[in-house]
Amino acid sequence: MSSYWFGWRKAKVISGGDFQKLHSRLPYYGYMSALWSGLPALMILLLWLSFETTIVSSLVMSDLPPAYEGYSEQQKGLLLNDIKNLSEGRQTSGKKPELKILSDRYTQLKAIANMANIAVVLAIAIIGGVFASQKIKVETRARNNVEKIVKGLLIASSTIAIFTTIGIVLSVLFEAVRFFEKIPVVDFLFGLEWSPQTAIREDQVGSSGAFGIVPVLTGTLLISFIAMMVAVPIGLMSAIYLSEYAPKTFRSIAKPLLEVLAGVPTVVYGFFAALVVAPMIRDAGVTLGLDVSAESALAAGLVMGIMIIPFVSSLSDDVINAVPQAMRDGAYALGATRSETVRQVILPAALPGIVGGVLLAVSRAIGETMIVVMAAGLSANLTANPLEAVTTVTVQIVTLLVGDQEFDSAKTLAAFALGLTLFVVTLALNVLALYIVRKYREQYE
Amino acid sequence: MSNKQDRKSVAAAVEKGLARRKAKEKRFQRAGLAAVITALMMLAVLLISIVSTGMPAFTQTALKLDFHYDESLLPAGQTLNEETIRAMDFHGLVKKTLREKFPQVKKRKDKKALYKMVSNGTPYILRDMLMEDHALLGQIKSIWVLADDEVDSIFKGSKTIADSRLTEAQYGWVTQLVAEERVMTRFNWTFFQNGDSREPEQSGIRGAIMGSLFVIIVTLALSFPMGVAAAIYLEEFARPGRLNDLIEININNLAAVPSIVFGLLGLAVYINFMGMPRSAPLVAGLVLTLMTLPTIIIASRAALKSVPPSIREAALGMGASKMQMVFHHVLPLAMPGMLTGSIIGMAQALGETAPLLMIGMIAFIVDIPQGLLDPATVLPVQIYLWADVPEAAFRERTAAAIMVLLAFLVVMNLLAVWLRKKFEKRW
Repeated sequence: MSSYWFGWRKAKVISGGDFQKLHSRLPYYGYMSALWSGLPALMILLLWLSFETTIVSSLVMSDLPPAYEGYSEQQKGLLLNDIKNLSEGRQTSGKKPELKILSDRYTQLKAIANMANIAVVLAIAIIGGVFASQKIKVETRARNNVEKIVKGLLIASSTIAIFTTIGIVLSVLFEAVRFFEKIPVVDFLFGLEWSPQTAIREDQVGSSGAFGIVPVLTGTLLISFIAMMVAVPIGLMSAIYLSEYAPKTFRSIAKPLLEVLAGVPTVVYGFFAALVVAPMIRDAGVTLGLDVSAESALAAGLVMGIMIIPFVSSLSDDVINAVPQAMRDGAYALGATRSETVRQVILPAALPGIVGGVLLAVSRAIGETMIVVMAAGLSANLTANPLEAVTTVTVQIVTLLVGDQEFDSAKTLAAFALGLTLFVVTLALNVLALYIVRKYREQYE
Repeated sequence: MSNKQDRKSVAAAVEKGLARRKAKEKRFQRAGLAAVITALMMLAVLLISIVSTGMPAFTQTALKLDFHYDESLLPAGQTLNEETIRAMDFHGLVKKTLREKFPQVKKRKDKKALYKMVSNGTPYILRDMLMEDHALLGQIKSIWVLADDEVDSIFKGSKTIADSRLTEAQYGWVTQLVAEERVMTRFNWTFFQNGDSREPEQSGIRGAIMGSLFVIIVTLALSFPMGVAAAIYLEEFARPGRLNDLIEININNLAAVPSIVFGLLGLAVYINFMGMPRSAPLVAGLVLTLMTLPTIIIASRAALKSVPPSIREAALGMGASKMQMVFHHVLPLAMPGMLTGSIIGMAQALGETAPLLMIGMIAFIVDIPQGLLDPATVLPVQIYLWADVPEAAFRERTAAAIMVLLAFLVVMNLLAVWLRKKFEKRW
């Protein structure tokens, strides 16, 4: 901020009040020096903040007293937690005098790091500012300079999307690889049993720790299938009715109302599924003499279907409207009724687009989390019966990662392997769907 | 001759099938209408069931009791100050007041049931009142205190006696209090003033709302400038090429990546790698930034596209540099569209739950968060947490919290629509 004024003043002084002589307008000199002093300092600050804790921790851990020599990574992690808690004045499990010393060291290092941080950032800001104002002369091309930097910033912002993707792939892949070091890939992909409880004690019952993804995947597919059975007919028929039959006023009211379904947060659907739909289905099952689980796949699937209706309907609406009017007119001219036109001319023409839309909706359903977390089951059942409880990939990720966890166990790492599966499957579906939709669009343009 | 006959027979064939085809046409149209109506019905059922469950949570029942701030609460020889007040036995005071109110209760078990009639936060309210007004000591004061959630549900009629945990004796006491006009229902301010609590009658959504607010501030502050910058680059500067294609494919795919995967990213990168604190609004904001960026970029690009090229050419023709053209002329015109897109992105972020579970925002937090690094929870996560609690009073509160969340979303979307209407320009 202040360097903006410095640059501004400097430029004013050297121009001697005759701004015509300057290459650029006054504010650009200000921007230039502000950017020079602000940007490097900001970058250093961010880098510093993101690595400070890691570095300080490793410094503290590097001079552990010899008593802790034999500790495993996990125990060291717990120890570090204790140290941090202690330095923030919180209670820790088991007081040890050595820990106190370490935590003092931790606090001290933190304080030093903070001071150093402020000093370094300020110094860099000042150096940058001074450097910039040295550079300011009458002929300095300040505007071009500033514009170059701004353009750099714009490019940087737009590459964030790439970095996010890389970040996702790397973080998930990295942990998944660690998982596959413990559990072979073949067991993971083709195992028919999923029970991620690993033994705490050797002799524990039911702690086999089976990591076969098949039952989890079938559960996901079952629920998604039910959802599509609800969403596709209703969504598609609504789209046809709204684009071919409905009077204008009806369309202008019904369409935004359908979109409201898409705006409702998924946690609300989860609540609705768990507390309204699931008991309803169970009661209905009881009157019919069926044994329905409280967390039946049917309830979760139905509600998920409701959530996806607007998705299917707005995508199909787009493709139906993209069918050229000439094809409709041709069908009418041959004496076809409206429904015949729709079924025999428009739908076949729009089919690729609709298939693409449905694929996108499937990928939505597979990745949907809150509804299934709240309304579907936890135990992995290899079944195709919609009245039983099944579990899904997302439910397993949430249950494995919520709550306290050690970061090295196969149990938590399994969540990342599941995440990788989820990412790959949805990505493939999306790429395929986008490809189909794009191909289809080109056909009529 | 035969031609004419053919035509006749064709006409006859068409005539024959016509009724059937028309009926089919009618059926098809009805099926379409039925689909639309089914979808709308489902929306209606969803909203009605939530509103009807949630409405009772907006009122609460209070009981009027006469508390005697007895001098004997203060040990002899001590003066009244913060410390001595803290040491006083207000639990005992509440119990004593209830015993005096219902002298007929004698048995130990019954007494226990009696104490359960009022919210167990009552002693702290009494303490705070004495803290504020020291002159209360020695006086008898009539105070409206919160009823326990079971009493509350009965009185509001959301439960019948049959499925309530209230015993007959307790019900009798309630009716006695009603007869003495010592019971009333009032608007549930507690719900908007308190943080989470194990006791339904004391729990509120203030903490969750503050958490959501902090998260949204972080998300908006990061994703809006970055999204707009990315859109400007892609729309105005980028030349078609490999890099550009790569960026575009990435943005489109990120928009369709399941939100929970962003949670995994946040957990692995921000928390495990960078060592940021769990449950902090800052981390949640960073995760949601990455999630909403594609939405904002896509909306901003559409807004930039809608600015006619004549504006750009005019600016360039006047000698503006390309950067000046964008920032001085195109950007101001595209701003309303960008804002609309960002508001919709923020509404999405506000309702998002799954990635926040991954980064530990699921903890039970009573305190109202004061800053970006305090442990916090957000409104949708609070809803998730409450929906898991079996108590009926919490179910009401869950639905009420959903209503508050939906109200926020409606306001945000209306704002977006209003912005669009107000600044929409036809070129």
